[in-house]
Amino acid sequence: MSATVLVDVRGLTMRFGGLTALDALDLQIRPGEVLGLLGPNGSGKTTFFNVLTGLYKATSGSIAYDGQEVVGRTPQDIYRAGVARTFQRSRLSLPLTVFDNIVIGDYQHMRHGLVFNLLRRRAFRAEYERYVEKVVELLRIFSPPLVDRLFEPVAAFSMIDRRRIEVCRALLSRPRLLLLDEPSAGMTHEETHELMSDILDVRERLPGLTVVLIEHEMNVIERITQRCVVLNYGKKIAEGSYAEITADPQVQTAYLGEAE
Amino acid sequence: MSRTPSSAPRRPGLLLALATLVVTFYLWLFLHAETQTGVALLLALALAAGLAAGRLRLVRSVEIAGNRRPGLARALAVAGALALIAAFHESHFVLLMICTVLLYTTACLGLTVQFGFSGVANFAGAAFFGIGAYATAVLAANTGLPHLLILVLSGAAAALVGSLLITPVLRTRGHYAALVTIAFGILFRTFIEVNDVLGGPQGLQVPGMRLFGYELNDGFTLFGADVSFYASYALLSLALCGGVFALVKALERSWIGLAMDVVRTDETAAATFGLHIARWKVVAFVMGNFFAGVAGSVYGMITGFIAPNNFTFPDSLLMLSIVVLGGLGNAAGLLPAAVIVLVLPEKLQFIQEYRFLLYAALVIAILLFRPDGLLPRRTRLFFHREPQR
Repeated sequence: MSATVLVDVRGLTMRFGGLTALDALDLQIRPGEVLGLLGPNGSGKTTFFNVLTGLYKATSGSIAYDGQEVVGRTPQDIYRAGVARTFQRSRLSLPLTVFDNIVIGDYQHMRHGLVFNLLRRRAFRAEYERYVEKVVELLRIFSPPLVDRLFEPVAAFSMIDRRRIEVCRALLSRPRLLLLDEPSAGMTHEETHELMSDILDVRERLPGLTVVLIEHEMNVIERITQRCVVLNYGKKIAEGSYAEITADPQVQTAYLGEAE
Repeated sequence: MSRTPSSAPRRPGLLLALATLVVTFYLWLFLHAETQTGVALLLALALAAGLAAGRLRLVRSVEIAGNRRPGLARALAVAGALALIAAFHESHFVLLMICTVLLYTTACLGLTVQFGFSGVANFAGAAFFGIGAYATAVLAANTGLPHLLILVLSGAAAALVGSLLITPVLRTRGHYAALVTIAFGILFRTFIEVNDVLGGPQGLQVPGMRLFGYELNDGFTLFGADVSFYASYALLSLALCGGVFALVKALERSWIGLAMDVVRTDETAAATFGLHIARWKVVAFVMGNFFAGVAGSVYGMITGFIAPNNFTFPDSLLMLSIVVLGGLGNAAGLLPAAVIVLVLPEKLQFIQEYRFLLYAALVIAILLFRPDGLLPRRTRLFFHREPQR
């Protein structure tokens, strides 16, 4: 089964007090696809990411990731299983350098021992230099200008560069599933365009990678997704190709309101 | 933005040597100064020099030079300290002050790991310092253990008692975690005060230190000059402070330091990338308390006598103010901050109670003009020369 479905969501419900953010959601993510997740503000898209990455514990329902139940596991566990994400509002450590922010993405493979880190500085340096190479290699592909600014604090960078740094952080550990939470938020038209080319680049170079993309920009969705799921009030209201969902009357109602 | 080529020195070694010479000479003058006019003149000189150095980006230049030649910078700092100890080899009072500065700096290095790196504010630094001192008093008086081992055990005692606090500190955040440590500090002092076994309010005597058969309290004669026994303790404090400094610097420039920084700045992002928040806070808390405990242990042996009044809440605040004044998270800023916070009030004795007013005004003024502390923490470079790309 894991050959056809990477993530299988069944009856997923998330309540915050009286508010139902996800309402018995059923959803499948297939390995290797780029899935667009759409819906008006407050329709539960980011909540879904937060449940999937273990930040929230679902009220009921299940998420099978590669055949394993995810609901109830810690974010740390889920990260180790190969799920990485970016955040809608940038969550980088601003006083830290570009290198620091990206390299933490591969935390699981770093050596954490006190003796290694504090006393065996030669061995540490060798590992550190391997990581610098790894980060530089990644940056050369997705954002060459950042290579020369590797040791500058992230606070000095523009929004689009911060987004790129976040994507690189998520990619560094070679995840199987990449969750992008509205990467074009707060960007100009040109920047959005650039970022889309970056994401298409990622797809080309890492063909096995599965991507779920939350996005409001319709041309972005059209250009890079193979399949879309539309949420409204925490429920799935439509599913299919871009052409199919845009033709769906329910979707049009959700976005534009009831026709006269 | 972070690189200002104008302040990058051309000859970092020479600049560092000059800076060490000037600072050591100034400290020598300052520690010597007894008269009102002398101290006032030196203070005015320091203020003027500080302003001029800031204008000319001298402080920044010296910092960059220190980053370029870290080995030399450390060697020079140790040499400067040794020169001061040698210059005051007869003066009990000055040597004791040097010991106090070095040991408080050591404890503050521990607080830096906790607060500066991991974001766990510890308002009970003096209590953990005190646990180290009391553990030493009990162990040295009642057992025949070698004193070097007692140092380590006292640090471990502070770390162990601190671990009782871990659950409440981890369950709460920010100000609430700080409140837990305040409560603990008060609890510790009250406990010692009412506990007869530990001497109650009268305190306990602490035997002097014996290292490899040598009694540090004996003092000695060197090249025909009488050397105060405090000189041995000052050397010991210097070695301890230097060792802990090197460890904390290595920690900052390792994956652990990075993990602690990420935990401090964004717990959600940290968890999403597999970092165990609690684990790194616990490591920082235990390690910081260990350093404070070891420093307290040596302090107890130096003073020979400890009482609950040595380890009060105001003392904890003093430690935290050193950490913040030096530049939160910057180990190198602790020493100048400790000198200002600990030595200045002693030198202002002549204006009696007004000295605290003057001293408090000075600290506020410094933070007004340098809101990130004397030497703000710089972005991390794991090694002073980054690999070629």
